[in-house]
Amino acid sequence: INQFYLSHKCVHCSSASGHFVFFIIYATRSLIIQIHQFILQEDLNKKMLDGLLEFVKKSAASFWCRDDDWMSRMRASEIPTAALVLGVNMPDHTITFESMTELLHDSLTPFVASVQAKECTAMKQLMQKVLQRLMGTNVMVDEDEAEADLGFHTRDCPQKRVNCSLSALCDWYQSATKKSPVKSPRKRLSSSQSEFLQSPPVVVIFRDLEAFSPQVLQDFILVCSQYVHQLPLVFIFGIATSPSTIQRMLPHSVSSLLCIELFQSLSCTQHLATIIDKLFLTSKFHFKFSAKVLQVLVGIFLYHDFSVCNFIKGLQLSLLEHFHSQPLSVLCCHKQEALVHAQQLNDRDGCVMKSQTSLLHHPQGVCQKLLKSLHKYHKNFYPALRCLHVLTSILPKYPLGKQIRELYVLCLEKKVWETQEYDSAMQLIRMLAKDELVTCLQKCVEILTFCKSKKLKKVGQQLQDITYTLYASTIKCINHLHHPYSSFNYSFQTLLEMKECRRTRRKTPYEILRNAVVDYIDNLVKTHLYPPESQPLYEVWYYSSSGTVRRHLNATPRTSIQTALSHPYCYLQNEALKNDSGIISSAAPDICIIYKLHLECGRLINLYDWLEAYATVATAAEGKDPSAIEGGKVDELKHARFIRAVSELEFLGFVKSTKQKTDHVARLTWGGC
Amino acid sequence: MSPAKRAAEVSGLYVRFVGDAEVLEHIVERREGAKVPKGSVQKLLALKEDQGPQECEGSVGEQDYLDALGTGATAGEEDGGGGGGGSSGPGGSAVFTFQTAKRSHKMAQMASEMARAPGRTVTFCSPGSPEAAGSPSRGSRGAAGETRTPPKVRPTGGRGRDVRSPAGESWASRLNSFLPQGRKVRFVSSTPHRLRKRLAAPNLRSESDSDLSPSHSEDEEDDDEEEREEKEELREAELTTPSKVAAAALYRTPAKKPKKGLEPSLVEEYFTAHASSKVTTSDRTLQKLQTPKLDQETLARLLDGKPSSYADEINQLNKEHEKFFSKWMLQLQLGFNVLLYGLGSKKPLLERFRTSRLLGVTHLVVNGFFPSITLKSILNSITVEVLEHQGSFRSPVEQMDFIMKSLRQDPSLQVYLVIHNIDGPMLRSEKTQQALGQLASLTNVHVLASIDHINAPLVWDQAKLSLFNWLWYETTTYLPYAEETSYENSLLVQQSGALALSSLTHVLRSLTPNARGIFRLLAEFQLESRDNPSYSGLSFQEFYQRCREAFLVNSDVTLRTQLTEFRDHKLIRTKKGADSVEYLLIPVDPATLTDFLEKEDAQ
Repeated sequence: INQFYLSHKCVHCSSASGHFVFFIIYATRSLIIQIHQFILQEDLNKKMLDGLLEFVKKSAASFWCRDDDWMSRMRASEIPTAALVLGVNMPDHTITFESMTELLHDSLTPFVASVQAKECTAMKQLMQKVLQRLMGTNVMVDEDEAEADLGFHTRDCPQKRVNCSLSALCDWYQSATKKSPVKSPRKRLSSSQSEFLQSPPVVVIFRDLEAFSPQVLQDFILVCSQYVHQLPLVFIFGIATSPSTIQRMLPHSVSSLLCIELFQSLSCTQHLATIIDKLFLTSKFHFKFSAKVLQVLVGIFLYHDFSVCNFIKGLQLSLLEHFHSQPLSVLCCHKQEALVHAQQLNDRDGCVMKSQTSLLHHPQGVCQKLLKSLHKYHKNFYPALRCLHVLTSILPKYPLGKQIRELYVLCLEKKVWETQEYDSAMQLIRMLAKDELVTCLQKCVEILTFCKSKKLKKVGQQLQDITYTLYASTIKCINHLHHPYSSFNYSFQTLLEMKECRRTRRKTPYEILRNAVVDYIDNLVKTHLYPPESQPLYEVWYYSSSGTVRRHLNATPRTSIQTALSHPYCYLQNEALKNDSGIISSAAPDICIIYKLHLECGRLINLYDWLEAYATVATAAEGKDPSAIEGGKVDELKHARFIRAVSELEFLGFVKSTKQKTDHVARLTWGGC
Repeated sequence: MSPAKRAAEVSGLYVRFVGDAEVLEHIVERREGAKVPKGSVQKLLALKEDQGPQECEGSVGEQDYLDALGTGATAGEEDGGGGGGGSSGPGGSAVFTFQTAKRSHKMAQMASEMARAPGRTVTFCSPGSPEAAGSPSRGSRGAAGETRTPPKVRPTGGRGRDVRSPAGESWASRLNSFLPQGRKVRFVSSTPHRLRKRLAAPNLRSESDSDLSPSHSEDEEDDDEEEREEKEELREAELTTPSKVAAAALYRTPAKKPKKGLEPSLVEEYFTAHASSKVTTSDRTLQKLQTPKLDQETLARLLDGKPSSYADEINQLNKEHEKFFSKWMLQLQLGFNVLLYGLGSKKPLLERFRTSRLLGVTHLVVNGFFPSITLKSILNSITVEVLEHQGSFRSPVEQMDFIMKSLRQDPSLQVYLVIHNIDGPMLRSEKTQQALGQLASLTNVHVLASIDHINAPLVWDQAKLSLFNWLWYETTTYLPYAEETSYENSLLVQQSGALALSSLTHVLRSLTPNARGIFRLLAEFQLESRDNPSYSGLSFQEFYQRCREAFLVNSDVTLRTQLTEFRDHKLIRTKKGADSVEYLLIPVDPATLTDFLEKEDAQ
């Protein structure tokens, strides 16, 4: 892949040799992202997949080791079913299902069929697909022999629907399981075949349960339940909404044939939080978003699609844009490498550096020093951020945000300690009960001692000392037993009032210590949580063009077309078109005039009237007397221009021809929209 | 945000939080907001904030979102790039203006208004003064309303509407702007008298439908007379009531409360307008024109060579877009697919991209706007031209599978798909888009497509969007859709029927004389009944009878075989009537049919 990128870059971006370097970095970086993402995905779903695997294994085992006791006989007539609740973004599930199928394939059974609702609208199709996939899989695994052995199935199945029955599947299954140990095909010899159970379960995955027609599903389950003694069937339902869907879709008589176990995947917001945590809140990964870009991407995620994949897409796009548009991005890499690049840059084109706004007040040639400080800044930034989050995320009403990404955005935007929210958060911390404070501080100490920066380690040490003292202090403060804060019902106002009246009292030793802690944290924040814009060379790491990201990912084509039609000046900078109030001059392009005229009409538009109105305007635009048009005398050219503009509007979907009335068109939009 | 949604939301607010003064405030707020070049979302936000403490948890989240997008919008402005950027330009409300009232004859009014406009504006503003030219302000509009209205019917309603009109400018002032200010134009009326009467009508909504029935040409002379009278009246009004005019223009807060919020009534208006099947437009048809219809060739000839009025600007705009070429190439190779949108034909742009970047590589151009393009033809050209496979396939699904498999097996083969109008009428179906999406999701297939229809994004759901992996690019070109619209059967373009005629004769020539006779019989019958609007075709039984009488067939089996042949050549169409009788019809217009028969006779 790399090779390909490079050759391309040579051809198309020959502007500067530096670009070449950017590109290598970009390519590696995007690889890193993919790997990161992959690991995350695996990790996140690991728990669920492990549980699922265990479930399938167990149910398969119970199929064979059938005891005679009542329980197992009861269960034996049910089809074991795993219901996976996966969240509403369906496209994201694809990866999950793929890895699941692979996992099942590798470790449990070769018989996995995955079906989607849109390919199975009727019972016959569903049956056909399931059979095809099950038998087809086997054919794929060891082609020649299976083809020969099971030839009549694979050949007959699609042609004769009669054979498409579960009894055929049973026969096939028996012959397949009987033969496979004898066959011991070359390919599978080394692999998992030996690990498979005596008779591996037959797994049918319904990827989007909600979309299936209930009738088809019911029929299928009813039929399958008849064969449950001959076939070790296991169903897996992919559910996007909630488990109650099963009850809604299947009547009791059918759902009682299933033995359902529920598996919950990580919610997509948690998934996103993990990604942000792993990719952005770390100094290891050097590419960062500015507050606005992050807000746009999170906004798209939360309000449009809940798609982690799309978020990653946005990340990739911004990476690309960053390396494409920012010459300094060459420095966006590991420290040592960056220092080397910086040296080269200094030698070659200092002017590039000079052009950056963040470097205005710095003399030339200090680039390396600045880079070092940038790295250092980030090393301190994230632990400090996490500490602050630990303390503020337990406060009532979350003045600084519940999620760490909210706090992060706040810190990126401005000096967080200058905000009102920060003040109130600090005031609330000053009211924390002892046990809560101690737990928080312990977490903070943990964060700080594990970070790399020496300075922060020292802070961590000091905090630890305070924590010990807090422990040690046996003096109980009186308030603390029924501390006002322990109840969330108190509004912020009452808390403040209480604090006010307590101020008059003498402070307990705990309170004094607590104030010391708060001051400490405050100090930590003020030294380390400067917004990145304050750092010289921050452009190297930060991508800030939120407009670009939004335009490319969350575009509004209709607005664009309508703007072009009603405000041509936005696109054609000609003085003749300019005016403030969104009114088109008669000199505007034909289609704009036609559009404007059609806005005045109701549901139907009379073409003749439209043409006449247009001709009037067009004549006026030419500086002639518009009253010259009379009695249907329209200049041929104007007529032609009118026709073209109307057919363009028709093409764009604003009007369509109608037979309701002669020479009329119907308007397809309402209001000015 | 869709306007419908917006309207609904606003209406929701009005329903919940009453208080007329508040309502008024919002409206004033809105109007002011309309002039601020910001996204409409932000204005909505302003509305929300007014509600203050009643905000619930959910709307806080929404606010965050609006903030996020809002900042995006402003950031877009800061960036300044991308040719002015769609939503970063003028305000959303300016783009999606709400019209106050929709009526027929609006355009005719507009025309007449435009003819009148100069005279009126001259009296109010010094000709060519920058203010007058720049801002056809509310003042002049209000004044116009005043002068036009006879004193006795001077309405409070009119004023109320003035204040409540959220879109800022009204149609009348917009009309003015069409014409260069201050030019003297002699007004000769070609508009119906009634129209002008209606101009004077105080309440636009109170008009009955009967008023809208067209009356034309009966009282032309009368018209002129009245016209003159009215003009005098106007002048008088102007002279006598300047102070009142000014007052009216400034009069913003009527003591009389607006009875209802504006938006709910707009919504109601939508439904009332769409509920009745009655259409209130004039009955004038294009037959009144001296050249009623132009045919395609004349049209092309007329429009060819005519330079656009803003050629320089358009050129520059397109040059801007060309700067993206290398970026597109890069992004395509990195697994994104590029989608272009915006006003104007994007075909030339894509063509230039193709000729400058794709010449050396395998690429396929799909003209999605072509009326007879099918998924099958696209897939066929991939299998035959790209993969050089000579087999045939039983179904598109099978073909897709084959393509996917072979492209996956050969990652070195890079295929570029250039699709003009991926939203074309023939490509809109779910299956086609799914197939295209599957193609686009392959790592070695790169799709560069354009959309034009305003509702085009509705073609894709979440699943397809993730398959396509689009990067959206706004490329407003303002170029005419010359090729794209040439296939459309526009009402205005005369269908020459040359194609249909030649195919008719061609097919008929290969048939037996008997068969030709049968067809002729049907054609003649259809021509005879061309004036009958309820003619739905010749019933099979009757047709058989006639054929027997003409000694053309001897049994209905013979006739049926013959008809099957006709149907196979698409010469006739059969339709089952309500009485389940088969009706036969030649799907060709009468003129062509006459031509055909004449030609046959001549032979």
